[in-house]
Amino acid sequence: MTRVVVTVMPKAGVLDPQGQTVEGALGRLGFGGVSDVRVGKRIELEVGGDDPLAAVHEMCERLLVNALIEDYDVRAES
Amino acid sequence: MSVAVLRFPGSLDHESAQRAVESVGGIATSVWHADAELPAGVGAVVVPGGFSYGDHLRPGAVASRAPIMGAVRRHVDRGGLVLGICNGFQVLCEAGLLPGALRPNATLTFVCRQASVEVADDGSPWTAPLGVGARLSIPIKNNQGAWFGHPEIDRVALRYVGDDRLGSVTAAAGVLDESGRVLGLMPHPEEACDPLLGSTDGQSLFGVAAAA
Repeated sequence: MTRVVVTVMPKAGVLDPQGQTVEGALGRLGFGGVSDVRVGKRIELEVGGDDPLAAVHEMCERLLVNALIEDYDVRAES
Repeated sequence: MSVAVLRFPGSLDHESAQRAVESVGGIATSVWHADAELPAGVGAVVVPGGFSYGDHLRPGAVASRAPIMGAVRRHVDRGGLVLGICNGFQVLCEAGLLPGALRPNATLTFVCRQASVEVADDGSPWTAPLGVGARLSIPIKNNQGAWFGHPEIDRVALRYVGDDRLGSVTAAAGVLDESGRVLGLMPHPEEACDPLLGSTDGQSLFGVAAAA
């Protein structure tokens, strides 16, 4: 079994109100110089089979990610 | 012909949608998500609002992969009509039957209020009886109603009038597929079919469904 981590982020140009809200709150807390905050999600899976990364890529295409609004990255955790 | 109202785990507005169909003299049939086929004699399918699968992963994402959605796709290919309301709109976008996707509202809040929407495209069986420029008073109630798409190529059927923007690209409240037979909208026309609720502007869409 391989521990696979998928990182999903809103695509550039897609409204990310969570990121905007976090950015505003950081500013109010006195953290200067912070910009372009984006909030995404991380999905962890235990995957078997011969090619777990290829399997997870297919899962991303078919369910885990909406390619219209999200980008993703798949990697095996060591 | 009857109107099939789909039901997923977490659907909320299927009964309201059935009542709306009946309010215009139509016959509504409830269809379970795990069914692989629609009943015979269905002219239109309504994908109702709610929170299918708890909105987990993305709203509509899990429901859009349900067995019944294959039958809905075949229904569209045969020339059938489909109306997706709120979560139903999200399901149809996730299924690829409508363009675009729904994102969290710009306000990051649940928005619940009466909205005014205007018909922007009447080249569809759904909007032809209304005509471009017709205004409807229909409530909205959602968390993730900000439509993201490409309005230069996607067909926007309805737009919010005034300050009802949730963060939708070009203030889109509803969109059509290329054929015009599939309509999805965030406002809830089924909650605007009874004078007691302050508006009967939603009945037009259910009239189209019932006559399909």
